[in-house]
Amino acid sequence: MTSLLKNSELSIEKADKIVSETLNSCDDGELYVEDTKSETIVLDDNKIKSSNYTSDLGYGFRAVTGDTVAYSHSNEISEKSLKNSSDNLKSTLKNNSGTYNSEIKKTNQKLYKDIDPIESKSMKSKIELLNNMNEYARSKDSSVKQVTASLLAEKKNIEIIRSGGELLSDNRPLVRINMSVMVEKNGRKETGVYGIGGRQDYDEYLKNDNWKKVCDEAFRIANTNIESKPSPAGEMKVVLGPGWPAILIHEAVGHGLEGDFNRKKTSAFHDLVGKKVASKGVTIIDDGTIDNRRGSLNIDDEGTPTERTILIEDGILKNFMQDRLNARLMNTKSTGNGRRESYKHVVMPRMRNTIMLGGTNTQEEMIKSVDKGIFAVSFGGGQVDITSGKFVFNCTEAYEIINGKVGAPIKGATLIGDGPSSLKEILMVGDDMMLDPGIGTCGKAGQGVPVGVGQPSLLINNMTVGGTQL
Amino acid sequence: MIKDQDYLKKIADICLSRSKKLGSTDASILVQSSVSENINVRNKKLDGSERSENLGVVLTTYLGKKKSSIASSNLKESNLNELVDRCIETMKITPEDEYNSLPDKDLHFSGLKDLDLYDETHLSNEDKINYIKEAEDEAFSNNKIVNTNGSGFGENKSNFLLANSNGFADGYKTSQFTAYCEVVSKSNGSMERDYEYTSKRFYNDILKPKDLGSIAADHAVKKLNPKKIKSEKISLIFDKRISKNFLSIFASAISSSAIAKGTTFLKDKLNQKVFNTEININDRGDIKKANGSRYFDSEGIGIINLDLIKNGILQDYLIDTYNGKKINRKSNGRASGTTNLYFENGSKTFNELIKSEKKLLYIKETIGHGTNIINGDYSVGASGIMIENGEFSYPVSEITIAGNLNNIFQNITLADDLEFNYSTNSPTMHVEGMIVGGK
Repeated sequence: MTSLLKNSELSIEKADKIVSETLNSCDDGELYVEDTKSETIVLDDNKIKSSNYTSDLGYGFRAVTGDTVAYSHSNEISEKSLKNSSDNLKSTLKNNSGTYNSEIKKTNQKLYKDIDPIESKSMKSKIELLNNMNEYARSKDSSVKQVTASLLAEKKNIEIIRSGGELLSDNRPLVRINMSVMVEKNGRKETGVYGIGGRQDYDEYLKNDNWKKVCDEAFRIANTNIESKPSPAGEMKVVLGPGWPAILIHEAVGHGLEGDFNRKKTSAFHDLVGKKVASKGVTIIDDGTIDNRRGSLNIDDEGTPTERTILIEDGILKNFMQDRLNARLMNTKSTGNGRRESYKHVVMPRMRNTIMLGGTNTQEEMIKSVDKGIFAVSFGGGQVDITSGKFVFNCTEAYEIINGKVGAPIKGATLIGDGPSSLKEILMVGDDMMLDPGIGTCGKAGQGVPVGVGQPSLLINNMTVGGTQL
Repeated sequence: MIKDQDYLKKIADICLSRSKKLGSTDASILVQSSVSENINVRNKKLDGSERSENLGVVLTTYLGKKKSSIASSNLKESNLNELVDRCIETMKITPEDEYNSLPDKDLHFSGLKDLDLYDETHLSNEDKINYIKEAEDEAFSNNKIVNTNGSGFGENKSNFLLANSNGFADGYKTSQFTAYCEVVSKSNGSMERDYEYTSKRFYNDILKPKDLGSIAADHAVKKLNPKKIKSEKISLIFDKRISKNFLSIFASAISSSAIAKGTTFLKDKLNQKVFNTEININDRGDIKKANGSRYFDSEGIGIINLDLIKNGILQDYLIDTYNGKKINRKSNGRASGTTNLYFENGSKTFNELIKSEKKLLYIKETIGHGTNIINGDYSVGASGIMIENGEFSYPVSEITIAGNLNNIFQNITLADDLEFNYSTNSPTMHVEGMIVGGK
């Protein structure tokens, strides 16, 4: 195996020696080396506004003892720099000592190909694609006044060197195609946003003129919103569409089930393992092993192979998502959820692809059962307060439901709910489970990581809708 | 150690001379170096320490009206050369954009650098830990505080050089000292978290640790055992830590990029009444030691002070070179956004504001991203405290607040309690008649 250190002033042997010598008296830790190349090309206001190429190389050196983490990172890959980091870690942990746990599972998991999505499509054809998307979207209707399209590709190669010379690596491609359309009609302006992506080459996502569908969808959402009326305010029944609306699951329970908040007892879920936290029929998993998905990883950023972790099974809370530190302190095993944005960031338990499995109801029967409520088809971002359990998300496409029928589209409203209680309010689980189109980025403590979500249609008994119509 | 100007200059020269040699007609470059040290403490015990050394270069090359950029953290000469080559190659096949250019030479910053933006004070990890332990100690002296989410202290020093092929080359050091304390309160089955945060360029200007801890504890305790209220139309008071968010929204709505594209509810509102006549908004980059102060923007253009709103009337946009050309305006040095942006004080005291109506809802926290700059729709999750007859009565949570920013801006009344704690600052704010979504 050729190491990422091969062109640096630091030999792998020297690195090994410093790592082992630093970590031997610690409970855990590693040297994480990362080489990331990324490219972003943006078309905006009819022009290629920017083409940026970024090459980032650096290391993060971590030593863990007890519940104390010492971390040092740098872009200067040299023996001197690593020694400085080592001294820094030792001085932080000088009063502690531990026993290094070298055990780490091995895997041959290959969930995506070792490809470079930046190089596999020429700059010329990328520019052509963006121009085509722009022209096609603008040609859909004279009401289209603004179009922004972008292509993002990344190749992240990581390497983990553990005490004793063990070396683990993963090469991760990632692409994303985005489209935003602004429509103006009768003095009103609305936007529609849509995107697709995952861990394959651009061409896999562009088959059968798929980019046209991306434009169609962005235009459809904008065009729907231009007819929207003010949203109602107050508590009501909510039907969620399948797929991307699962960011509700991500916010409402996902974050609250991350190991760190539960080890620290600051999550509203920390004392609920084995207890009923959701309606019967609700099963939620966090799966890092789905081929080519945005949230999938062969190994996490500590080297642990990812897995399919059952979080809630038929309404009962089963497991938290763990990294090595929190697993050790809670006497359990890492679930392969230890992730970091880059070498500049410490590892934390993070979600991968968080999915609610399908049930038996149809979307039609859900809508039929609602006298007054809303049907939420797509969302922008969401956020949660882990401690109080309150979470919000913003509708980007929603309709009113009156007497069992879908009515007029309503303006973007915020929905707010309480995590631990909202899952008990689920009345029906649909038979139409769908994964999102591959666009999610989750933020936690200032770190963004790519994630996926999925769910079937859901009927929720009671949520508060943040509209303007009393 | 952060790198000195000579080192940064050497890197800039490598890139600028190579891009010239390879045929670019213009180029600009930013070289940065920073070192930060952060300490996290939880329950009065060291939770983690972090030291980061960051280097970075961002190069933009031009061939007439064609443009391309690269960025890297690997400053080895061989890598830089490779990246410059790539940048030039991409630039050649990128379509022309008539608005692409380096900034106007006449607007380049030249002048004294006397704003005091760098404090060389260095705190040892021990000192940082002691500061933050003292804050947590103080927070825990409140018996309803049962846990912490973690508290931290950070020290950041950075240096940069900005240069371009029109002869601009300047840079300077800045420092930032930051501390936060986030605690968890518990009572009768209710658990809440809240925080206090302080961040200044000079160590001596940050909050004293005891104040940091006691304010955080006070916030968290006041949130305990909240009620959900009925949906209603009610006037809101925004705490200072929330009211400043309206300034950030305002700033994005008057950025020349949004104006040029027409993607803002404040398009075509220049010289019109956007706020009520008592509102004035300024953006000043020349306040000594202030967080938002700077000498020039990311294009090297000198910062001038802007009266953005005068007696409620919109006077100016935030303009950079590229978008300025689109709207036929010269840059006013806002390529990196606002500097120290603030509402001038209003004429009412805090007490007069909270006594101005029989029933008011005091908003202390909002969550979610429910601001639509394009049409001004605003809808976010919120929590706060009900005020009845001028007295704080009970905490409220799991509600939403909604309205349209066109109306919200017209209905703002400000208190006279402005402080310069952040780069964006607002007095306490009263907004008449918003819709609360609750039970």
